Amino acid sequence: MTAAGPATVPVTAALALGDDALVLSHRLGEWAGHAPVLEEEVALANIALDLLGQARVLLSLAGDEDELAFLREERSFRNLQLVEQPNGDFAHTIARQLYFSTYQHLLHAELAAGDGPFAPLAAKAVKEVAYHRDHAEQWTLRLGDGTETSHERMRRACDALWRFTGELFQPVEGLDVDWADLESRWVESVTRVLGRATLTVPEGPRTGAWSAGAGRQGVHTESFGRMLAEMQHLHRSHPGASW
Amino acid sequence: MSTTDWPLWEVFVRSRRGLSHTHAGSLHAPDAELALRNARDLYTRRGEGVSIWVVPATAITASSPDEKDPFFEPAADKPYRHPTFYEIPDGVKHL
Repeated sequence: MTAAGPATVPVTAALALGDDALVLSHRLGEWAGHAPVLEEEVALANIALDLLGQARVLLSLAGDEDELAFLREERSFRNLQLVEQPNGDFAHTIARQLYFSTYQHLLHAELAAGDGPFAPLAAKAVKEVAYHRDHAEQWTLRLGDGTETSHERMRRACDALWRFTGELFQPVEGLDVDWADLESRWVESVTRVLGRATLTVPEGPRTGAWSAGAGRQGVHTESFGRMLAEMQHLHRSHPGASW
Repeated sequence: MSTTDWPLWEVFVRSRRGLSHTHAGSLHAPDAELALRNARDLYTRRGEGVSIWVVPATAITASSPDEKDPFFEPAADKPYRHPTFYEIPDGVKHL
């Protein structure tokens, strides 16, 4: 699309990061009209729009943004399985936000500090993502250290999504990042937040046979297909439509 | 949307350095920290502000509409209180 086309940008990495942002943006957008309170609905929509902005830049680096978003099949998407997980209850959405925003914040801070092709984008995104991370942490504290019900729901959500978090630290081709160091800082941060929220770090496996995660290779979970159908049907029904 | 018993907060936003905080609106939030974040999302996302105050609505004491006359009426017929008898020099822009 632009002058800085596929020749200079690692397409695999642009797709991986762009698909993460696009898919999570769509999931968060699903809360519109359903969030527990109006104020929170606006907060989630704001986060979704930040992510959509990032996705547009990243996908444009990899090719035509509309074609990539609306005309690819499920197996061509390179997003993490974590971000495609259904919203569930509010606690599930917050747990997903906590795991992903912490990862995204650490990753973009690293990319912004380097001089790779993603540095300019990351420098802008890191400020947005810092707010997403703060939002998730604030809510984790309140739900975990809230009522008996909210604590139980938050615990269940953190446990359920834990097995998707190992995939976050699979190296992405074209990103010059110390993944092991990123992972240890992520674990340290999430452990600290969960501890303050009177929650314990889930014990299940994050890597190996019983963990999840081959989204970067195009393997996705069951609910992703339905999400994609909803996201793409308008563009596919009315090709080239605009307003 | 379920109903909520979260308290109401009044939001004040300073749009630029040097100006005072101006009332922007109100919102519901469970505590002050989240009220501040909700205010950021509701009232400053198009770059409207550099600083936000949130105040519990219950902390505000307001004049009553019933007291409108005793409070404000006496000021209306005393024009000498209003600085309207001066020629404003051309150079003064923001008066």
